[in-house]
Amino acid sequence: MKFLVCISNVPDTTTKITFTPDNKEFNKAGVQFVINPWDEYALTRAIELKEAQGGGTVTVLNVGEADTEPNIRKALAIGADDAIRVNAHPKDAFFVAQQIANIAKDGGYDVILMGKESIDYNGFQVHGMVGELLGIPTVAPAMKLDMSGNTATLEREIEGGKEIVEVNAPFVASCQQPMCEPRIPNMRGIMTARTKPLKVVEATADAARTEVAAFALPPQKQGVKLIPAESAGDLIKLLRNEAKVI
Amino acid sequence: MSVLVVVECDGGEVKKSSLEVASYGSQVAQMLGTTATAVAVGEATEANLAKLGEQGITKVLHDAEPRLKDFVNGAYTKLIAAAAQKEDAKIIVLANSNIGASVGSRLSIRLQASIATNVVELPKTDGGSFTVKRGAFSGKAFADVTLAGDRKIIAVKKNSIEALHEAGKTAQVESFSAQLSDADFADAPKQVVMQDQAGGILLPEADLVVSGGRGMKGPENWNLIEDLAKALGAATACSKPVSDVDWRPHHEHVGQTGITVSPNLYIACGISGAIQHLAGVNSSKVIVVINKDPEAPFFKAADYGIVGDVFDVLPKLTQAVKELN
Ligand SMILES: Cc1cc2nc3c(=O)[nH]c(=O)nc-3n(C[C@H](O)[C@H](O)[C@H](O)COP(=O)(O)OP(=O)(O)OC[C@H]3O[C@@H](n4cnc5c(N)ncnc54)[C@H](O)[C@@H]3O)c2cc1C
Ligand SMILES: Cc1cc2nc3c(=O)[nH]c(=O)nc-3n(C[C@H](O)[C@H](O)[C@H](O)COP(=O)(O)OP(=O)(O)OC[C@H]3O[C@@H](n4cnc5c(N)ncnc54)[C@H](O)[C@@H]3O)c2cc1C
Repeated sequence: MKFLVCISNVPDTTTKITFTPDNKEFNKAGVQFVINPWDEYALTRAIELKEAQGGGTVTVLNVGEADTEPNIRKALAIGADDAIRVNAHPKDAFFVAQQIANIAKDGGYDVILMGKESIDYNGFQVHGMVGELLGIPTVAPAMKLDMSGNTATLEREIEGGKEIVEVNAPFVASCQQPMCEPRIPNMRGIMTARTKPLKVVEATADAARTEVAAFALPPQKQGVKLIPAESAGDLIKLLRNEAKVI
Repeated sequence: MSVLVVVECDGGEVKKSSLEVASYGSQVAQMLGTTATAVAVGEATEANLAKLGEQGITKVLHDAEPRLKDFVNGAYTKLIAAAAQKEDAKIIVLANSNIGASVGSRLSIRLQASIATNVVELPKTDGGSFTVKRGAFSGKAFADVTLAGDRKIIAVKKNSIEALHEAGKTAQVESFSAQLSDADFADAPKQVVMQDQAGGILLPEADLVVSGGRGMKGPENWNLIEDLAKALGAATACSKPVSDVDWRPHHEHVGQTGITVSPNLYIACGISGAIQHLAGVNSSKVIVVINKDPEAPFFKAADYGIVGDVFDVLPKLTQAVKELN
């Protein structure tokens, strides 16, 4: 089977978020970028399924500028066979989804895996958009994915529980834990990744439907009010009478 | 033209987050000088749907197709698209839930609409542009996003909008058929497994949350968390390492790589307050931290704190809640 795994390039989870002085853009200075943590589940699961099937390919895809290549190489080191980078600034979810759908259509991929959401823009949209653009089902967010022949069995998380869903390839799924234990690159992987094919293609559509007018940081907390442990019960009174939340 | 609101229902009732969504939609309708219609998904009684009048909804479309009880992405998308067409809806408002975001993203393509998820405020419509404020960078920032085009989809984050309650007002419930076929149910669940939730309160919907971290030392001590949660009527949650080692189920894990919660009250017990944990909880209205280490980073994000041992403090809190009630 042909797996397509979409990865976004995001600020490391420990990043202190700041913006450019006009508040229009995220300030990338000094920030370390990583593979979106959710996408690591998609990548590892695709590799596991390929291995279990004893054949097939795993292609990673990123829509981004050249500075995302270290993380694409990392995905190759983890075990993807080849990579595609759509050379464009990812303007919004719709823009990205169109690129992915066009690549998927041309490449005839059977299974398209993504992460649950991108931890930078938190859209939770690209997978649904790609499914709709291709006219195939999307299962999001998926906690489990097994394949038997052309049929996939997935656990889809819903608020308060899960649904067991069966779909036939081609389909899109967005992945999250506990789907698998994300792999990390080993030495051999890092060596072979250097020579694996990474194809750079230009964007095939340029429409976006949203634009960030301004970013803002959340308001600062007032400071913590400490209650002595001996009189812990007083906290409950404060929560009722002062904070009025219980 | 109108505003269409998607309300998720469960066990006959409209979910609390959908009451907020309905209130959001009716306020947008008022801003635009039109009315708000709701379309129901899930299992709903007509009486409960009529009560959406209290949230400012004038009409509710209800497709009684029994297979709509469970979430089916294909069928829900078609149903809502049909309702949007019938109502000539220019704005569709849904919950920022797994269901709402899954359906909303498909709809945005089908209806050629712009979409914003994770929205926390009513839109601003000055000067012909339409801008919403949404959470970004996993709770570490907000973005004002301008939505283009004449159709827009908005997914509203839970607990960011006050639900309206105009007592006595009722909505007119109209039966509606989207003429769904078997093909629309291709992703229908073979089985639905709901969690056993202490006290029946689901974490994503909860107003009050009691959460435990590694400082709880082991699963055998979770009765302390559960007792306080039960006394308060709260849901329980945990940090990632706690679910990683199976002290608690995965669906209780909150944070950057878990679920995001925004309750009125979040009580963190024996959790250090790592940045990835804070990302999932920092839009809670009030945060209480109980930690024996006065230097624990969580205190910086807290409104109230107790520097102390959870094994000593938690029983006292449970006792105090019982005395209060
Ligand atoms: C410097 C910079 C500035 C940006 N500015 C903006 C901006 O202003 N507004 C904006 O909306 N976006 C912006 N992006 C793009 C953003 O990083 C996302 O790629 C895109 O917006 C989709 O985000 P989402 O949260 O909707 O994705 P989600 O729907 O949450 O993502 C779901 C999944 O889709 C896949 N995916 C997402 N993005 C990509 C991608 N680029 N390539 C391959 N797969 C992907 C991943 O598997 C991901 O887990 C910017 C990116 C960079 C690097
Ligand atoms: C990519 C990535 C994603 C991540 N995503 C998440 C996420 O989504 N959610 C998440 O939670 N974490 C996440 N983490 C992990 C995060 O970095 C922290 O390791 C984790 O949150 C720590 O959990 P904890 O606070 O329970 O444990 P610890 O950091 O070990 O803290 C335990 C705390 O308990 C206190 N304590 C100990 N005994 C007592 C006692 N008797 N009474 C009172 N206090 C006591 C200690 O002082 C300490 O502050 C992520 C990490 C990475 C790298």
